[in-house]
Amino acid sequence: MSEYRRREQSITLAPFEQQLEDQLEAGGDEPTQELLTLNFGPHHPATHGVLRLLVTLQGEVVRDVKPIIGYVHTGIEKTAEDKSYWKVIPVIERMDYLAYYFNAMAYCSAVETLIDVEVPKRAQYLRVIHMELNRIVSHLVWLGTSALDLGAISMFWYCFREREKILDLFEMSSGQRMHTRYFQIGGVIEDIPRGFAEKLSGFLAEMPSRVDQYGDLLNSNEIVLQRLRGTCPLDAETLLSLGVTGPLLRAAGNPWDLRKAAPYSSYEDFDFKIPVGTQGDNYDRYACRLAEMYESVKIVQQALDGLPEGPHITEDRKVALPPRHELATSMEALIHHFKLVTEGMRVPPGEVYSPVESPRGELGCFVRSDGSSKPARVHMRDPSFVNLQATSPMVKGAYIADMIATLAMLDPILGGIDR
Amino acid sequence: MPDATGLELIAQGLREAEGESVVTDTLFFRERATLSVEPAHIRAVLAHLRARGYAFLASVHGVDYYPHEPRLGVCYELLDMANVERITVKVRVPSTAPELESVTPDAADGAGWPTANHQEREVYDMFGVVFRGHPDLRRILMPEDYEGHPQRRDFPIGGEPVIFTYNEHEALGSSE
Repeated sequence: MSEYRRREQSITLAPFEQQLEDQLEAGGDEPTQELLTLNFGPHHPATHGVLRLLVTLQGEVVRDVKPIIGYVHTGIEKTAEDKSYWKVIPVIERMDYLAYYFNAMAYCSAVETLIDVEVPKRAQYLRVIHMELNRIVSHLVWLGTSALDLGAISMFWYCFREREKILDLFEMSSGQRMHTRYFQIGGVIEDIPRGFAEKLSGFLAEMPSRVDQYGDLLNSNEIVLQRLRGTCPLDAETLLSLGVTGPLLRAAGNPWDLRKAAPYSSYEDFDFKIPVGTQGDNYDRYACRLAEMYESVKIVQQALDGLPEGPHITEDRKVALPPRHELATSMEALIHHFKLVTEGMRVPPGEVYSPVESPRGELGCFVRSDGSSKPARVHMRDPSFVNLQATSPMVKGAYIADMIATLAMLDPILGGIDR
Repeated sequence: MPDATGLELIAQGLREAEGESVVTDTLFFRERATLSVEPAHIRAVLAHLRARGYAFLASVHGVDYYPHEPRLGVCYELLDMANVERITVKVRVPSTAPELESVTPDAADGAGWPTANHQEREVYDMFGVVFRGHPDLRRILMPEDYEGHPQRRDFPIGGEPVIFTYNEHEALGSSE
């Protein structure tokens, strides 16, 4: 066995369990129980992607768990180094595939900081509208699949019904339902079309009552309560030392949210609350995300009502493409268009780390520019990748069924973890 | 973010506590503070900054400065949650001896940063920086038998053949 495999399969048991294991090994009598190492995944419907867990079980109790990742590693960070700045956006969006607007936002804000370009107020509001809708989409997929893990099959259809409506809105504004490439460096690619505001208003009026319905189905459901309440809690201090952010941290009572703490893209203009939990157990994780959906609806409503007039993308022609109609009349516009499309923009040398609050926590994008038209390094600090480290401390000593529930409440997205 | 003066004060405090040569450079760029420090003192520097309030390690990631030497960089993004300030600590190690003290485990000079576990493994996997004292340093995203460190700048894009049934034997180098 190679050193790699040996270490992969090594288990670390707490002293108490170690004692038990020694007893099992040394006991002269026929051991009545033994530890079982089980391969859980990579292809398993409850792992929410291609995640492999090496689980050591004592009966039904999880004694050790090791997440093994890398099955969907596609080298997006490497690919990004070979593309001009604005062509990176489509590949970066495919990392965390449920939070594509957030990936684009983290990357665009990093590049915008490097270029030092200002994003028009209207573009910032449009970004907020799309990001918060995306947060609802992400939470809906999480809620549907998590409820499925717990045996509530019908939740999946209810969640995907509302998700469909948001995807229709995305299709309206950008032509794509997923991976929309709507955010550009310096703004957004197009203003929202006619009819978008009405359709969005209709959706916003309906959505809170839909979330009420989810709550009615699940909040006091006997099975949900038994599966979630009090299972696998972890305190805020441990979570912080493990680098965990987002709803998982907030469920443990720490109201850390970058939208409030360090507002970007005009989040300071909106009035919203940060839902926090008290116990840090699976139920709080569930309840926090459910409550976040109401807050996202409130933010979108405010952004739509207060949507300022003005350009939807920066007027800096070195960064953004000129409007189509100018190409026929302006030589300068034609040159700018040609330069941007062929070579791309040159970005001043420097390094920037730019974080945003994604549905899963702090999503940071590190971009290093060497002065050319392609980034020299793009790195995503993906919240799922870091949060996954909390699996083991959460589920050690819990039942294997609780591990499934915890994994669902952890909400890892393997596309973001493996990149 | 600490402002330019704040950054100099932090650098000054570090020099007084850990010795004159610890901080090699400070950079204040686009409202973001970066401290370049000596690789040998990385644990001490992070412990010092933790005592100053920068208690949350947001990210550890690698950078390749090819063709400049020392070639490989590792960045530690620290965050002070009470004052909402960020600071980047950067070290550079040569590609001939890419070794660095791991900040993951608890050690004599203070508590560790458990969050760095997976992230240091990723830096090792992608750039080949060896973190001494890391509890479980092995590849994390690439297969265990993979050769090379793909995020290095001189590692070619498309350097691997795509394996189909007709070329799997040549590509995998088996004798059959």
